[in-house]
Amino acid sequence: MDLTTTYLGMTLSNPLVPSASPLTKEIDHIRQMEDAGAAAVVLHSLFVEQLQQEELELHYHLTEGTESFAEALSYFPEPPEFKLGPEEYLEHIQKAKAAVQMPVIASLNGPMADNWPNYASEMEEAGADALELNIYAIPTDLDLSGREVEQSYLDIVTEVKQAIAIPVTVKLNPFFSNLANIAKQLDDAGADGLVLFNRFYQPDIDLQALEVVPSVLLSTPQAMRLPLRWIAILAGKVKADLAATSGIWSVEDVLKMLMVGAKVTHLCSALLKNGISHLASVKKELFEWLERHEYESVNQMQGSMSQARCPDPSAYERAQYMRALSSYAHRR
Amino acid sequence: MNKMHATIEGNEAVAYVAHRTNEVIAIYPITPSSGMGEWADEWSAKGQRNIWNTIPLVVEMQSEGGAAAACHGALQTGALTTTFTASQGLLLMIPNMYKIAGELTGTVFHVAARTLATHALSIFGDHSDVMAVRATGWGLVSSGSVQEAHDFALISQVAALRSRIPFVHFFEGFRITHEVAKIELIDEEVMRAMIPYELVEQQRARAMTPDRPVLRGTAQNPDHFFQMRETINPFYDRCCDLFQDAMDQFAGLTGRQYQLFQYHGPQDAERIVVMMGSGAQAAHETVDYLNAHGEKVGLLKVRVYRPFDGKRFIESLPASTRAIAVLDRTKEPGAGGEPLYLDVVHALYEGLASGHGSLDSFPVVVGGRYGLSSKDFTAAMAKGVYDNLALDRPKNHFTIGINDDLTHTSLAYDKEFSVESEQVVRALFYGLGADGTVGANKNSIKIIGKDTDSYAQGYFVYDSRKAGAVTVSHLRFGPDPIRSSYLINKANFIACHQWSFLERYDLLRDIVSGGTFLINSVYGPDEVWDHLPAKVQQAIIRKKLKLFVIDAYEVAKQMGMGSRINTVMQTCFFAISGVLPKEEAIAAIKREIEKTYGKKGEQIVQMNFRAVDESLSHLHEVTIPEAGVSGPPFPPIVPDHAPEFVKKVIAPIISGDGEDLSTSMLPCDGTFPTGTAQWEKRNIALEIPVWDPQVCIQCGKCSMVCPHATIRMKVVEPGLLEDAPETFKFMECKTKDWKGMKFCLQVAPEDCTGCGLCVEMCPAKNKAHAGLKAINMAEQMPIREQERRNWEFFLKLPDLDRRQIKVTSVRTQQVQRPLFEFSGSCAGCGETPYYKLLSQLFGDRAVIANATGCSSIYCGNLPTTPFTKDHNGRGPTWSNSLFEDNAEFGMGFRLSIDKQKEFAMELVARLAPQLGDELVGGLLTATQKTEADIYEQRMRVAALKEKLDGIETPEARQLLDLADMLVKKSVWVVGGDGWAYDIGFGGLDHVLASGRNVNMLVLDTEVYSNTGGQMSKATPLGAVAKFAAGGKPAPKKDLGLIAMTYNTVYVARVAMGAKDEQTLKAFIEAEAYDGPSLIIAYCHCIAHGITMRTGMKNQEAAVDSGQWILYRFNPDLVKEGKNPLQIDSRAAKIPVEEYLKMENRFRMLTKSRPEEARRLFAKAQLLAERNWRIYNHLASFDPEGTKTTEG
Repeated sequence: MDLTTTYLGMTLSNPLVPSASPLTKEIDHIRQMEDAGAAAVVLHSLFVEQLQQEELELHYHLTEGTESFAEALSYFPEPPEFKLGPEEYLEHIQKAKAAVQMPVIASLNGPMADNWPNYASEMEEAGADALELNIYAIPTDLDLSGREVEQSYLDIVTEVKQAIAIPVTVKLNPFFSNLANIAKQLDDAGADGLVLFNRFYQPDIDLQALEVVPSVLLSTPQAMRLPLRWIAILAGKVKADLAATSGIWSVEDVLKMLMVGAKVTHLCSALLKNGISHLASVKKELFEWLERHEYESVNQMQGSMSQARCPDPSAYERAQYMRALSSYAHRR
Repeated sequence: MNKMHATIEGNEAVAYVAHRTNEVIAIYPITPSSGMGEWADEWSAKGQRNIWNTIPLVVEMQSEGGAAAACHGALQTGALTTTFTASQGLLLMIPNMYKIAGELTGTVFHVAARTLATHALSIFGDHSDVMAVRATGWGLVSSGSVQEAHDFALISQVAALRSRIPFVHFFEGFRITHEVAKIELIDEEVMRAMIPYELVEQQRARAMTPDRPVLRGTAQNPDHFFQMRETINPFYDRCCDLFQDAMDQFAGLTGRQYQLFQYHGPQDAERIVVMMGSGAQAAHETVDYLNAHGEKVGLLKVRVYRPFDGKRFIESLPASTRAIAVLDRTKEPGAGGEPLYLDVVHALYEGLASGHGSLDSFPVVVGGRYGLSSKDFTAAMAKGVYDNLALDRPKNHFTIGINDDLTHTSLAYDKEFSVESEQVVRALFYGLGADGTVGANKNSIKIIGKDTDSYAQGYFVYDSRKAGAVTVSHLRFGPDPIRSSYLINKANFIACHQWSFLERYDLLRDIVSGGTFLINSVYGPDEVWDHLPAKVQQAIIRKKLKLFVIDAYEVAKQMGMGSRINTVMQTCFFAISGVLPKEEAIAAIKREIEKTYGKKGEQIVQMNFRAVDESLSHLHEVTIPEAGVSGPPFPPIVPDHAPEFVKKVIAPIISGDGEDLSTSMLPCDGTFPTGTAQWEKRNIALEIPVWDPQVCIQCGKCSMVCPHATIRMKVVEPGLLEDAPETFKFMECKTKDWKGMKFCLQVAPEDCTGCGLCVEMCPAKNKAHAGLKAINMAEQMPIREQERRNWEFFLKLPDLDRRQIKVTSVRTQQVQRPLFEFSGSCAGCGETPYYKLLSQLFGDRAVIANATGCSSIYCGNLPTTPFTKDHNGRGPTWSNSLFEDNAEFGMGFRLSIDKQKEFAMELVARLAPQLGDELVGGLLTATQKTEADIYEQRMRVAALKEKLDGIETPEARQLLDLADMLVKKSVWVVGGDGWAYDIGFGGLDHVLASGRNVNMLVLDTEVYSNTGGQMSKATPLGAVAKFAAGGKPAPKKDLGLIAMTYNTVYVARVAMGAKDEQTLKAFIEAEAYDGPSLIIAYCHCIAHGITMRTGMKNQEAAVDSGQWILYRFNPDLVKEGKNPLQIDSRAAKIPVEEYLKMENRFRMLTKSRPEEARRLFAKAQLLAERNWRIYNHLASFDPEGTKTTEG
């Protein structure tokens, strides 16, 4: 059974690729992923905003209270240098590359207006095989138009593509007026891949403390429906490789994503919950399922259920949503 | 050899040489010498090597005594060794200094000469400390400038190694240690040439080693000790020659020639001043000026004071010498004169008798004191001294620089006399500590020092307050070396970086006519005039000043720099002053920005670059309106109804006019009244808390955590509020016991520092607007007047009878009046809430010993101090002895009070027949456990005094004197972790073992906070601190556990921000325990690199992570068959790392040594888990072998 797939110009041994998560902070975990059958790995993200925040905080705290009181003109020793940039992350890329054979995809996470090309270049130099851009911004400015938001995405991709030679994939969120259009524009801007979809961490409310609190929820299998639909719609219509992420827990989820056109499927919550060895089970089950159902290869199945190729293309469109809802209401 | 210049401060200039010419450096932080140790540590940490190509070992010890002993040991075993110290630290070194000299061991201790504590502590400079080591046998070498301190660091090292006589190299604290000056650096080749390795080999050859075993440190008997003591004489006899040789060799290599006694002036001078140190610089320029104006005066600078070469001294004087004034920067009460004076008299006597020198007769010799505690010694004073010598009968044993109207020692002098050159730019900058003014000025000096041929000097005057601290920078730039070793009193440029200073200080007093005045002002060039106080307007007109304004806060805000206006104001200075061409100046500022901030990230650099570019377009010259003076008058410094002492003595100190206080106005023994902080309204908060009674749940937490006692609760009868101001707020009291009464919460608007701790602690949220609480911050200015009236009304409301207050619950206990208020601690201080709690619970009967450190400064630094009195006139009485002796000092209080009480009780028993059985029985058996008990006892004592008034016997008089001792006194010993864990541990341990009822409160900031964040043994594993730049590798000492091993000590570990009720319980139990108590209190601190506003959250996280376990260990519980240890916190809820990453002291390790951070943080987690298991084990087992009730 041929499980290979191609993604971002790379040939991968299978379509299972652990996505960016805290798990990849440990080199040992990355090794375990490879041992469990991962075809590539997306490293945890380098959070540009966090780096900048840390830089400001460090400056603030090294300055606060200094040169005010005769006996304590400073409160900290100053080391010869600070590692304020992405040094640690870059080192991690190098270590990961040295530790495993599979491709290592670096992940860069930041808000709209930042120095993406520089970070991208540094990651390329550190040895990343590809780069995933996680453009992470919740636009809250009432005067910022959707067009401007889209343009800033496009600018980032254009600039990064000009700066580096390794493939670039863009992790998208679903909150665009016309996702198909932004996908096309990113495709035109040179994105080698699109990862559908990024999940923003949604805040929660602590009823006791009356505070808004950050809360990380693992994705549920239901979450896969959204990327499933959009990969189905986009498959074959954009040049960029499509990667599926969110809610992929079981082999069935993997199969569905491949069928709608995903080149790779990203697992995250499933590994956090079930452990890295879960990957081996999914891979095994994938192999068995394909054999059982007499597929020749993964490639054969990829896109077979996309909107373009499925029996009922309208099933992926809006009208279907209304029917689904009413059928749900009737069931109650 | 190329000449290298550097613009550096004295401490760095000395450490530069000491680090390069030593192998072992053992230090202990003490102001103002700490900087030298810190530089040395930083260089060694960076891998900077000495001239023999090895990295010196820098080790922090537990005290100066320890540092001296470590030096002694290191020297004995052959390493070139040094230390840096000052003042009390030098005193602690004396025993070892005798040994080191007695063993003829060449070394140099570099001493930032600082005042010794007498009637008061002073961190400033004079020679009293070095004069206290005259008898040790050490040489004493004096430097008078940053350049000299740099040079003599080397020359004295050479002389010490050659002569085998150890030297104290001293230079005045602050004036030299902290002055930034352009100097010529000594090349390492010069150092190598001066200290050839043979000198080191000789030292090594005398070292102890088992390979060539010898014995030192013997004990000797009367038969031979004396004569052996005389064996050292030849070494002292040749020491001065060797020293001069070293000076001559140095001159050959550098061109800078020094003499043991260096004469400056014409050879026909008649009046000579003899002095040493930085004051000689001022005298030097005065001599030049006076001689240029036809006088014949000279100056003899003493470089090497010990050994005192009398022959060279007299040979240095010109034959024309008619009168000599010897100036000592120390006071030796009871002596025939100050030390240098006596030495000069002796040298003249012996020299003339031996026919040395060119004098033909004994000149008039007088001695005088000057400059104690960094009191400026100006050219005007120097002239005053020369003028005195011109009199037929010059005054002897005089003082100069003060007005001694008590014993009339002071010389009169013309304060307006000045020798400042017109070629020198003299700029004064008044800034806030928080706005970065000093840092920017240091940068400016470096720019001018580096980018021009000008000489530059910067000196900085700091506040003794940490919150809202004011800084004054004195900068001079000129074409010649700058010798003006005093503050600028004829400025040609003054900048005011904070508008409120205009209303508080007479800033323009020292500006010259035609000078320039720059103000950071929210008012633009067209409107600023009308807002200036009349006094300022008058000065601007009278002195024809040029006036500029800039809204620096606006520029800084736009650039994202908050209130740090340093770069903005620096740019304006260069733009206006013309010290450098504008473009050149801007390029230079940017270069310095890059250098200063480069390693902190590009964002910071760019932010500052933008600030530079934006500043110039916001800078405006103001046209002085024709209309003239129209502004408001200065508000009074203190109100008219303040006590006389406050008006006459404290107020001038507040307004910066303390120099004008005469001797007779000041207390003779260091005693000051309490209750003075209330008179100084500092108005430093931009925002203050505002109470919303609709939301308040009356929990008392805001009041409890307030570091400055500026948010207070009262419960009063409703009738008392009838005349309340319209905006005064109150509500129904929710406490059952006080049903029907009204609850008031009031903020002191002019005393609040705006730290916001109260708002962060407030648990009550507005149900309609969850972003608001029962207390919310609001701008101070619009509500200042209204709240001032409310505060005054609040203060007049009576305090609740202490017997009615249930002290075991925060919500009720907080009604107790704080007797500790408005201290000068940092805004949001983590220590003072504990101190305030102590004052509320026990203040009316507390006697407090306080170790030197942050707490001794905010408790005892003038002008105003925080301890105050209740409506009965009772309150804490407080004193600071030293750093190292605090526990013993406090134990002395206990012993004294116990003895007096015992005596009083004996007298009561003896006088029983006259006093009556009931009164006597009551007095002698009172338990005094509760407020009611204490109240009853006070009533009995009052009755006793009344009765004693009618008994005319000596015993009755004695008892009257001691009667108050029958009321229980609460003895507290308070200090920081530097005291408790390090320098004072021996004494603390002794008091713990003593069994005496002494309560010790350790304000544990886990670092030496007051001296700038040096590691102590309380510093936790992984924390970055000075001397632990790579993260402290060893865990924190468990002081509590050590104390518990006595089984007779009450021990508690508390963290108010985590569990305030537990803190309260611990304080009450500790005080109630009839034996030694130890409370270790977690204090968040600015030295942790945290946001002070949320400091209590850091405390909570420390507890939640298991890093700071809360407990109480009460030996009394054993009597009840219980385990004495009770754990008061729960098992960890968050990983230790989560807590560590909240604080820069830990977090910065992840930025400097990420791998090490990971390793140490993981170790910290294991340690916390281990400690949790240990404490739980101790709390659950049955130590007495009987039935255990688990805690």
